[in-house]
Amino acid sequence: MSPKGPRPERLLTHRIARWVDTRLGAAKFARTALNKVFPDHWSFMIGELGLYCFVVLVLTGVYLTFFFDASTNKVLYDGSYEPLVGVEMTQAYRSALELSFDVRAGLVMRQIHHWAALLFLASIAVHLARVFFTGAFRRPREINWIIGCTLLILALLNGLFGYSLLDDQLSGTGLRIVYSITLSIPVVGTWLASLLFGGEFPGPDIIERLYVIHILLIPAAIAVLLAGHLGILVRQKHSQFPGPGRREDNVVGERMWPTYAAKALGLFFLTSAVLAFLGGVFQINPIWIYGPFDPAQVSAASQPDWYMGWLDGALRIMPGWEIRAFGFEIPNPFFPGILLAGLTFTLLFAWPFLEARVTGDYAEHNLLDRPRQRPVRTALGAATITFYGVCFLGGAADVLASTFGLSVNAILWTFRFLVLLLPPIVGWMVYRLCKELSARDGVPTGSRVTVREIPGRLRRRRGPGPGEGVEAPEPAAGG
Amino acid sequence: MTDDPRTPAAGEAAADDPRPQERAVTDDPRTPSSGEAVTDDPRPPGEAAGGVPPAGPAYGSNEAPRATAGDDVLTRHGERVEMRAAACFVVSFLAAAVLAAVYWQGGQPQAEGVLLAVSLGGIGVGIVLWAKHFMPDDEVAEERHPMASTEEEVASFTNDFQAGESTLRSRRILVATAGGACAALGVAILFPIRSLGPRPGRGLKETAFKAGGLRVVREDGSPVRPDDVEPGGFITVFPDGHTDSADASTLLIRLRPSQDFQPVPGRQDWVVDDLVAYSKICTHVGCPVGLYQAEVGLLLCPCHQSTFDVLEGARPVFGPAARALPQLPLGLDDQGYVIATGDFSSPTGPGFWDRDR
Repeated sequence: MSPKGPRPERLLTHRIARWVDTRLGAAKFARTALNKVFPDHWSFMIGELGLYCFVVLVLTGVYLTFFFDASTNKVLYDGSYEPLVGVEMTQAYRSALELSFDVRAGLVMRQIHHWAALLFLASIAVHLARVFFTGAFRRPREINWIIGCTLLILALLNGLFGYSLLDDQLSGTGLRIVYSITLSIPVVGTWLASLLFGGEFPGPDIIERLYVIHILLIPAAIAVLLAGHLGILVRQKHSQFPGPGRREDNVVGERMWPTYAAKALGLFFLTSAVLAFLGGVFQINPIWIYGPFDPAQVSAASQPDWYMGWLDGALRIMPGWEIRAFGFEIPNPFFPGILLAGLTFTLLFAWPFLEARVTGDYAEHNLLDRPRQRPVRTALGAATITFYGVCFLGGAADVLASTFGLSVNAILWTFRFLVLLLPPIVGWMVYRLCKELSARDGVPTGSRVTVREIPGRLRRRRGPGPGEGVEAPEPAAGG
Repeated sequence: MTDDPRTPAAGEAAADDPRPQERAVTDDPRTPSSGEAVTDDPRPPGEAAGGVPPAGPAYGSNEAPRATAGDDVLTRHGERVEMRAAACFVVSFLAAAVLAAVYWQGGQPQAEGVLLAVSLGGIGVGIVLWAKHFMPDDEVAEERHPMASTEEEVASFTNDFQAGESTLRSRRILVATAGGACAALGVAILFPIRSLGPRPGRGLKETAFKAGGLRVVREDGSPVRPDDVEPGGFITVFPDGHTDSADASTLLIRLRPSQDFQPVPGRQDWVVDDLVAYSKICTHVGCPVGLYQAEVGLLLCPCHQSTFDVLEGARPVFGPAARALPQLPLGLDDQGYVIATGDFSSPTGPGFWDRDR
């Protein structure tokens, strides 16, 4: 620093800030960040919840890695959980038991981790629905939609891989299903399954491999994509609902500093508090009850975590059909396990582009729709949710049967019909409801007029120039 | 929880006159474009009339910004809220202290979870109260610009890029050879993927029973005599010496003499003393088919409810499974123990592309 440099600040924080600024010149950028405007609506914080769940997942997950041993070596259990003493099990399962019973704060961390994963997926799903039903995926936000859908897939996989690590009876059965679905892929399935599992099921390497994927590859990908997701959000500025003073070419809300930052921080603490409470009080995935994995055993009522439920249900609902021709075979699980899932995510990724093509609306949209304003989209969304909802319930067919004393066959037959009939019925009802509601609002629904109006306004405002030149003098006049 | 739309404030301003909002946009000094205006009080009187005091100077003060009229009631309300928020932080502090003590004393999962929740929640509630009552909640508008670059920006970028590109392209030999090298490297580094697993050979189509004449044994390795299984009962058996094999676990079922067993043509002699053996691995996705309803002779897979008829070659009668459970040919050795005279009638477990080849 030159002798004529600015005088040293007194407070340490100021000195540090000054030190950083003299090296990076960050003050201007940081000030812009402080004054960033965020529109306020309760539905905008659902995605935020997911972000905080991810933070909790990383924090608790790192703690768990210090104790978990992802090894398939067989050992005899001699720990403090009496019922399993002397039972042969893998090192992975034993270390999970030790983590739960013998590591202080281990169980609470494990349970918080599991609850956080459940809530992580729930917030992603609801956030996705929010973005879908309000049309927040439209131009210019298609890239963030794609990133978001990728995050959903990564989160689903990491949840599945995470609970599969423990090598208990339930998760081993889950892995067996994963193996079989991989095996069902035409032509390359046997190779893929062998390369993924390191051989025939159960495969000598699968736990070690899933561990690396679960704690390194996917979390790193999620972190990078999340950074991109948020970076794009900041760059494009958040969308907002229509309201007084809210236009396509502005963003109305609270400043980042201090109010929004404080609320966000508060929400982080509250999310963590709820997760800590759930993790402490509500038992989740009690692997010591399931016992170590034995490929010849299975327990009734084997259900995956909730976010895999739709897939498990689709496997159950699917009738016993498969294709055999010329000595080759496309096995049954391929259709619900690969085709349905593939179709689901292809449509999900393609949605913004499909909708733009069908409606001819390629304009930039920063004002959100109310679901009723877009009856077709809302109806399709509701029908889709119904479809996966029925699949999800199908995953609990055996539990429903034993709970209500019904025949499991009757329940599955009902679901086979419902999964086809209910979505169009719900879709039609939602369509009528949207029409009705918006007619009462006196708002034209989905009309081209509304759509065309907006780019027109934008163009008019853009007319005088890039903006700054015209608007800069006004503060002086106003102030 | 924390947020609700501040529409009332915005609505008020808009009801008076749409202009203030309009101005709030343009005269927002905090857009980088008008950096000079920063040191002045940025707020025009019009905005203050909207019922919200200037944000900047109020940050540090303890006053409730909502007490615009200096109202005593509001001030007292502010004090009460402040005490409440402070109490939250104190509770959080205490919970953290107790949490540490509980851990120190040996730990207790439920107590740890609750105390952690109280400690985190105290901070959370405190901050939210603080934010809702003592931080500016004025709505400001920020200009939004179209995302696309201007035509000039695009043109100058294209210009510069193409200038560089043509420099690169002028060395055609280098472009071609470098491209070829990268492509070759790209292919070469894919090869190690092959190390991840062995070639899927006969393993999926065979089990240890293929040796022929192997005894079927229980999980503890003990051999089985026909009388060890009750009529109407079943046990899980394995090839002798392979009790941990995942693809050869077998259901050894003792039929009731009254049951009308219909053997698959060609498998009439696969049954010994009313004992019939089927693979325990479901042909759907490989769960162990563990539920046997002896009176109707149905096997049920607990995973996806595939149902197989034991009396008719374990053909699927319900659920997603499309193929019968493979049957194991049984016999007796000279000591009277049950043996498998050969491998299963077809590959066990879930289907795959070239299963029939």
